[in-house]
Amino acid sequence: MTVISEVPSPFCGIGTDDLTIKVDGVTLAVLENGCAVNTPAFELPITDTSARVDGKEVSLDVAVAKAAALLKNTSLPVFGGCATDVNGMRALLALADRSGAVVDNINFTGARNNFLALQDSGWINTTLAEVKNRCDLLLVVGTDVEAFAPRFFERYLWNPESMFVADTSQRQVIYLGKAPSGSASTSPNGQTALVHTCSNEDLPAVVSVLRALLKGQPIRAQSVGGIAIADLQSIADKLKAAKYSVVTWAAGALAYAHAELTVQMVCEMVKEINNMNTRSAGLPLAGKEGDQTANQVCGWTTGYPARTRFSRGYPEYDPFLNDSNVLLQSGEADALLWVHAFNAKSVPPVTNLPSIVVGRSGMVFTKEPDVFIPVGTPGIDHAGHAYRMDNVVAIRLKKLRDSGLPSTADVLNAIEQALGEAQHAN
Amino acid sequence: MLIKLTGGTVYDPASGVDGVQQDIYIQHGQIINKPTAEFKVDKEYDLTGKVVMSGAIDMHTHIGGGKGNIARTLLPEDHRADPVYRSDITRSGCGHAMPSTFVTGYRYAEMGYTAGFEPAVLPINARQAHMEMGDIPILDKGGYVMLGSDDYLLRMLTAKKDQKAINDYVAWTIHSAKAIGVKVVNPGGINAFKFNQRKLDLDEQNSHYGVTPRDILQVLATAVKELGVPHPLHVHGCNLGVPGNVNTTLDTIQGIGGLPMHLTHIQFHSYGTEGDLKFSSGAAQIAEAINKNKNITIDVGQILFGQTVTASGDSMRQHANSKLASPNKFVCMDIECDAGCGVVPFKYKDQNFVNALQWAIGLETFLLVDDPWRIFLTTDHPNGAPFTSYPHLIRLLMDRSFRNDMLATIHPEAQKMTTLASIEREYTLQEIAIMTRAGAAKLIGLKDRGGLSAGNWADITVYTNDADRQKMFTKPDYVFKDGELVVVDGKVVHTKWGTTHVVRPDFDPSVEKGLKDYFDRYLTMKLGNFKISDDEITENGRGSISVHPVRAVS
Repeated sequence: MTVISEVPSPFCGIGTDDLTIKVDGVTLAVLENGCAVNTPAFELPITDTSARVDGKEVSLDVAVAKAAALLKNTSLPVFGGCATDVNGMRALLALADRSGAVVDNINFTGARNNFLALQDSGWINTTLAEVKNRCDLLLVVGTDVEAFAPRFFERYLWNPESMFVADTSQRQVIYLGKAPSGSASTSPNGQTALVHTCSNEDLPAVVSVLRALLKGQPIRAQSVGGIAIADLQSIADKLKAAKYSVVTWAAGALAYAHAELTVQMVCEMVKEINNMNTRSAGLPLAGKEGDQTANQVCGWTTGYPARTRFSRGYPEYDPFLNDSNVLLQSGEADALLWVHAFNAKSVPPVTNLPSIVVGRSGMVFTKEPDVFIPVGTPGIDHAGHAYRMDNVVAIRLKKLRDSGLPSTADVLNAIEQALGEAQHAN
Repeated sequence: MLIKLTGGTVYDPASGVDGVQQDIYIQHGQIINKPTAEFKVDKEYDLTGKVVMSGAIDMHTHIGGGKGNIARTLLPEDHRADPVYRSDITRSGCGHAMPSTFVTGYRYAEMGYTAGFEPAVLPINARQAHMEMGDIPILDKGGYVMLGSDDYLLRMLTAKKDQKAINDYVAWTIHSAKAIGVKVVNPGGINAFKFNQRKLDLDEQNSHYGVTPRDILQVLATAVKELGVPHPLHVHGCNLGVPGNVNTTLDTIQGIGGLPMHLTHIQFHSYGTEGDLKFSSGAAQIAEAINKNKNITIDVGQILFGQTVTASGDSMRQHANSKLASPNKFVCMDIECDAGCGVVPFKYKDQNFVNALQWAIGLETFLLVDDPWRIFLTTDHPNGAPFTSYPHLIRLLMDRSFRNDMLATIHPEAQKMTTLASIEREYTLQEIAIMTRAGAAKLIGLKDRGGLSAGNWADITVYTNDADRQKMFTKPDYVFKDGELVVVDGKVVHTKWGTTHVVRPDFDPSVEKGLKDYFDRYLTMKLGNFKISDDEITENGRGSISVHPVRAVS
């Protein structure tokens, strides 16, 4: 039995790297600094140690050969999930390039709200250490931050010391849209967040009015989405008065049509505050289970985020047409490779197509895939790299135990090699 | 395997060889002397009449790191115009302004380049820089780690820590980030932007720390020198792009007091305020200062006309330039109490007065600086233009009539504001070889690259001599990387992985005491998780690390 400290987590997206974990054989127990997201993700026991083909246990070699055979004569295989570490994504993209596949990260439909805004007009953003040391006002748009990342406030807002904020407990937190589900946003001295709720449907209008007020535009209405204009004016005044305001949202939480326009509204508002003789920055929450990792690695490998197809021999990005769920439902896809090394509950959509799952041990399927290969989890079973929500910081994941499970990269590289040999044999 | 390159005309400035017919022998990836005992040549290439140089080295090119990937993500429309198909031996990807990593490697190699150095490695983003460069095939690579706007250094300066303490911190950072040099970008300005300062002159104080850019340049240039790091402090100066910044640049040169200093993309820092449009060339003054001050080296950061994207650590200046974005979108980031970045798409137009004059200023600089060992051929890829425009740039330098033909097409007011037409100089092949090979290797401190004498790694490029220098440098006959033939007739025929070049200056390990406390109190990562280990570069079987010596420290 060993105890490992300063363990980084790939699960919560906010780069917590202070966990202390007890390792007893292959059993993990989070001793310190766990949370509702990280603790169960680390502690999940290993139940699958062997690959399966048609539900029967086989050797890894047999499963790899079968997977390659299933991919060999496909026209448009879809690679869903795409939730793994950097080396896993490297291997996944090499295999996709070889097999002419569509690559689609599991969280992309949410992330699309950000990408559409980014690619249309851009943004001014910040990272977690800047929040920790500079943020004097946090505006949360349409998101329950602590449900997303339970330790966000403890680590980055209520930190006892900060280089540039004299008393961190004086920081203001304002929620617009959703209310917080707990009290993590209450400051250590008991100051609660200011909360102005509205429905998702009204959020675009509420954010628009806030931006208009910041620019000094006259508003005739008395309220919008149930929020008094006077309250929004007060938020606008606070944003102008703050030295370094931070506006945060989770793209996936804005689950309504054309939420990209809300993201764009927020980002343009932040840009404008920076032209009002003060500083402000956006902070998109993400980074869960490899989503930023997928987009980063796909970004440098292809030029595009992780909803990209290789079916014509070169990468083509389309945030709508390359949606794996759409391709599976429309019948365009003719095979599914599902990769999810982090979460046993993230199983693939049910399909009658030939299907291969490279997944975390413990997955329970409604319909057994043709091939299931359990793989190690990055940061538990093998070392690796994962990106945090703020996209700049890649964390070095540690190997905590010897489970004998292969890494995603091991498996996908083997499939690519087998497929290459099969293609050349033709 | 013994390879013989027979009868080529060799340009090897590192050995003082200027266009001499010589044979070259290669064994185990390295160049060897002609064996004295009896030997058998396994493979011979007849290079009679061909031009032979070592593989070219781009000493300043943004090929790895977060801002480059932001630039890629920002510009899907640019990629769509230049799709790159996969082949049996190469991966698919995208090209033009900010190519995908694999395509970066192929296209550099296809122009005869065998190494590229990322000049802006943020310590906190160094992992990403190395991971991206780890996916660039064929090329060797390395990075200069960015300091100067990090709060740790500024706190040290405010606390009046001595030079020794700063040296230890700089050396520790070089180790942690796996770098081969140190860069400073808008010294302290990126930090000042976070405090809402929008400009920072050389002697202007950071509003929080009271530290000036001049202070920062002094301690960092001193640290680099005292640590024995071969590459001098790599400086992206104050006031990038601001008319009148020529004075800032001249003051920066004078102010460094003889310490070795490299001024990067100096074209963007050579602007006067004369003329009706209050924008003029400062190239002559800059060149005069460079010629006089032997401690200074520069690269140009030439602009060439067309669409590109500017990606810089200089969040302060990039934010100011964002109103010129074309297409109209940009990203700025404040990053981890470490640095920042700004990504602004840009379209340089020959009929735009300012752009046209920028073009002329870069060329004036190339042609007015006497010593090719102290000036380097860059476009600050992708900021002035994508690296794929180098053959065109070489022709502009080597061919006066071509240059003057081009000059005659740019904005007429810009033509009046440049002395370019009267400059007769044409670069020679040897001078090109110095700028892009021997000089670059010497500047970076690569002990066994950039030359063709025995003991060097066999990075070799073979061209067909052609009066059209653009054509000549676009399509080498052969490129060898570590003795392996990777390019034939300007096309990749074989791929391999290059190495990562680093230096490892000594430091007092007790430097980590203060750093650990700082990391625990203010940063978001544990110190132990911050440092990059060698296996992060080597573990996937692609990478290796080559450590270069530091100079003996007196």
